[in-house]
Amino acid sequence: MNRGAWLLGRLAQIVPSFLLIGVVVFVLARLLPGDPMSAMLGDHASDATIARLNAQLGLDQSIPVQFLAFVEGIFRGELGVSIAYRVPVTQLIAERLPATLILTGLSAVIGIVVAVPLAFIAAMRENQWPDLVIRSVFQVGLSTPIFYVGLLLLTVFAAQLHLFPVGGYGEGWADHLWHLFLPACTLAFSFAAILMRSLRGAILQVLTAEFVDFARAKGLRSRLILGRHVLRNALIATVTLVGLHVGSLLGGAVITESVFAVPGVGRLMVESIFARDYPVIQSLTLVLAVLVSLAFLVTDIVQMWLDPRVGR
Amino acid sequence: MMASRDDSTGLTVRELRVVFDTSRGPIFAVDGVALDVAPGEVMGLVGESGSGKSVSLRAVARLLHANARVTGSVRWRGQELLSLSDDQMLPIRGAQIGIIFQEPMAALNPVLPIGLQIEESLIAHTTMDKAQRQARALQLLDQVGIASGATRLAQFPHEFSGGMRQRAMIAIALAASPALLLADEPTTALDVTIQDQILRLLLRLKDELGMALLLVTHDLGVVAETCTRVAVMYAGRVCETGPTADVFANPHHAYTAALLRAMPGSGPAQAKLIPIPGMAPRLDAPSPGCAFAPRCTVSEPLCTTTRPPFVQEATRSSACYGRARL
Repeated sequence: MNRGAWLLGRLAQIVPSFLLIGVVVFVLARLLPGDPMSAMLGDHASDATIARLNAQLGLDQSIPVQFLAFVEGIFRGELGVSIAYRVPVTQLIAERLPATLILTGLSAVIGIVVAVPLAFIAAMRENQWPDLVIRSVFQVGLSTPIFYVGLLLLTVFAAQLHLFPVGGYGEGWADHLWHLFLPACTLAFSFAAILMRSLRGAILQVLTAEFVDFARAKGLRSRLILGRHVLRNALIATVTLVGLHVGSLLGGAVITESVFAVPGVGRLMVESIFARDYPVIQSLTLVLAVLVSLAFLVTDIVQMWLDPRVGR
Repeated sequence: MMASRDDSTGLTVRELRVVFDTSRGPIFAVDGVALDVAPGEVMGLVGESGSGKSVSLRAVARLLHANARVTGSVRWRGQELLSLSDDQMLPIRGAQIGIIFQEPMAALNPVLPIGLQIEESLIAHTTMDKAQRQARALQLLDQVGIASGATRLAQFPHEFSGGMRQRAMIAIALAASPALLLADEPTTALDVTIQDQILRLLLRLKDELGMALLLVTHDLGVVAETCTRVAVMYAGRVCETGPTADVFANPHHAYTAALLRAMPGSGPAQAKLIPIPGMAPRLDAPSPGCAFAPRCTVSEPLCTTTRPPFVQEATRSSACYGRARL
């Protein structure tokens, strides 16, 4: 099997997984406790009003008919109308998604930039003080709840030192990045912790491999051995983990956006769940699930690029 | 100390000791090894698993890790290697002393093409440009008997067969034309038919390139076929050294004699193989006497209490009290 065929096969896997995501999302939204009518109209609405709204939103139809309408809508790019905001869900998501994408992207970059060099330092100085300090700090990162880290950063760097805005999203790219820096750091902390631990472990393992000794036997400089022979092999193990972690980054975005009042899809999700805004919850879950499976796809492609044994 | 000879040309190892610090205490893996490799000769270092032969070889190339304490003397062309810094070792490793390992699949980097793994040595040790390096890489593959080199250079280790991988590893080790090749059980991981091919290849390359070969193996047959001289190791110590033919015909150490009796094909066809009784010695508590004494059939009380001195005579040297009784 050549790599092109492998890649095609991998792309084809996307279809059934998207279908499954659709079913799960649809069923989940209907399993949520409470009903949207009382959330929208209050507890004292008349039966007539409720029936009219039910019919208007298509909620009086049978579940299979509702599902078909849902799938059909996806293919037409129509995800319904938000019950709470009374605007098309696609428009709502298009407005809110960029903030979340920038936030998670920025936190992934921060996490990688911080974790990769520190993982090398920790592995090179295994069980000496730099390793112990780095591991202790990240242990805190792993065990501290995201909202607490967020509040801490907010208090110190925004409220007291006035280095960053307290919340919001700003106007234009530079402003966006400035506004999202603290939330991204918050999100990056646990991500960097997991990345650092995994990469450190992988580096230590690769360092015992015989091809590292053979590279030394060739008379190569240790920096070249680390950069070319060790890093690449260590990354193969770590890339998978990073890909799997994109889901938790998006999950963490829900909390972080709430703490920093970032108008992203994470906050929209929380609001919609409280409002039983079925169309929005459904569509958001769909979009997030699709994003996560795309992240897995990218992970696999990067893996193929790093490891010549994949797909041959 | 042994009598020093002119050591400005080859490899001279004296009193080499390697201690591994482990959580369960020190392991005395190499406990006073002496050996010489003259330019252009094939020296065999033979012993059973755990006798310290591979560790000795890695200690010579300074490839052991931080948990190993190495003492003694390793002189290469008159230069003491054990006192060099890591940076000072760089131009020696690969360029003057090449090394090949037992498991080519483990020794080759799985994610880098073979061509790059050859070129790395050339980048490190020569001033060749890219075109020259590629021409040299092709020439090396041809030299080690790998056909259609141009395709092979772009391939990865997993696309090679076992024997081809070992040939590729030899090509990499020889890229910068070392004067001494340290070979750590280079044929052990291979099929018997391929073992022979690789040994012939090594001997041919040794002649073509005029280099010396230090061959570590547990296989007496390999030694008999290839080595002009041999050093027999047991429990981190060298029992005896000398010209291979002399040592095999007339061993001066009880362990060598026992090893030869346990080797198929050494005596008449009907001769029974005699296994060596007992178990391999512990390396965490070296014996004050001869390490082989507990398994030896000709030992005397002195053997267990006092280490036999190394006796040198003409071309041979040995450390055995029971030599007269062999």
